Amino acid sequence: MDKTADVIIVGGGIVGCAAAYYLAKRGISRVTVLEAAKSIGNGGSSRNGGGVRQSGRDTRELPYAMYGIRHLWPALSEELGVDVGYVQKGNLRLGKTPAHLNKLKTLTENARSAGLDVRMVDAKEVQAICPYLSEDVIGASWCPTDGHADPLVTTLGFYKRSLELGVRFYTDAPVKTLRKIKGKIREVILKDGTVFEGGTVILAAGYESRFLARTVGVDVPMSRLIDECLVTEAQPPMFDIMLGTAGADFYGHQTVHGSFVFGSDCGYEEVTDMEDPSQLATNSMTLSASCRAIMGYVPALRDAKIVRSWCGWLDNAFDGVPFISRVDEVPGLILACGFTGHGFGTAPAVGLILSQLVAGEEPVVDISALRYDRFTPIR
Amino acid sequence: MIDIQERLRQIGPLDGAPDDDLLVCRCEEITKGEIRRAIHQGMFTIEELRRYLRCGMGLCQGQTCGRLVRNIVAAELGVSPTEITSATARAPMRPIEMAVLADDGGAAHG
Repeated sequence: MDKTADVIIVGGGIVGCAAAYYLAKRGISRVTVLEAAKSIGNGGSSRNGGGVRQSGRDTRELPYAMYGIRHLWPALSEELGVDVGYVQKGNLRLGKTPAHLNKLKTLTENARSAGLDVRMVDAKEVQAICPYLSEDVIGASWCPTDGHADPLVTTLGFYKRSLELGVRFYTDAPVKTLRKIKGKIREVILKDGTVFEGGTVILAAGYESRFLARTVGVDVPMSRLIDECLVTEAQPPMFDIMLGTAGADFYGHQTVHGSFVFGSDCGYEEVTDMEDPSQLATNSMTLSASCRAIMGYVPALRDAKIVRSWCGWLDNAFDGVPFISRVDEVPGLILACGFTGHGFGTAPAVGLILSQLVAGEEPVVDISALRYDRFTPIR
Repeated sequence: MIDIQERLRQIGPLDGAPDDDLLVCRCEEITKGEIRRAIHQGMFTIEELRRYLRCGMGLCQGQTCGRLVRNIVAAELGVSPTEITSATARAPMRPIEMAVLADDGGAAHG
């Protein structure tokens, strides 16, 4: 086992795997990925609803969200050698009340000012785009370039392709601490005492990144939030767009496979806690609450059978956008965490940007708004 | 800690087996050959195989093929099946219609 590398990536989720891939693709193949769990992509990467979206995002996220959709997602299946299930047929964000429509108008105007093609549509146009929606929907925002993909295959596709390019992966390898030597990041020490050494360390370990960053004196302000999803048995093809709502009751889509995947909640997520967070036990109220929310917008699914539900932890950044940043106090350390539930769709672009940060290049889009030290006191 | 590249070297290249066309996961129609190939691509855990191929992700959620997949993984990796962790079971235990689940008496507004 060679325990030295040019780049050590802590976290074998989609961000870590995508970074490894884009590094190897440009010829930096002495890359080691350390994953705490026994399976690659065991966190949010395998537990999200598969949205590849721009609409509804914070304007600070839009440049890289849009870059990925324009330049990376269209050819990703061919690049990785697996079908990532990418479908780009648009996203409707639905409103049932005037207050919903006002919220959607604000989001739409902000996104348009950042250059995104998104517009408001009335009830008639909503029905024309998706005839399966409830008559209670009085309007929506429509972003034709949004879409969805299969998060499971995409994550493991980045992993598989990285392996083929020579990246070294270690699973069941939880990291305990990072260590600087002579003022620069150098060592990544596992819980079992194994020491890996690298010139650059990318910290892409979701919420756990906070504990690890702290071991070299950096605090990353984020919290952990539970989120749940469900999947139905395969249905006949109904629609290929992505759905969301202004009321944030649910989101979801019909997959290429035919099943519907929806994400929803019951309202107690903020105070959900688990003695062992890796347990990932679902809340007994959420599945029923989710079904009520979904049927309220897509009544035709009332007889669709649910085959599984699951949950995962979000790493919620304090101000809702991630930390993608070099760290001044710790040369060689790069943060990639705090994705706040938006990490899947943007992962290819983030992986590419991380590879550019490692190589010392300017990223393809400006990410200065995502610096770790962007916070100032509020009073 | 599992060194994936080292394990891939240890298990060697994938060779064809006479029963590779055998359907293992009937719900999602995944063959033994597809499962063996995925293992040789680095999918060493049941969870990774499910996510990569959908074996055990269909209507029965692996209640039929779970043990078969476990035995295939064990044989390919050269370990005992008891060393292979099974997939986690999640609610509901049987497929249930949305309308039935929704009617649990817990609706916020009747």
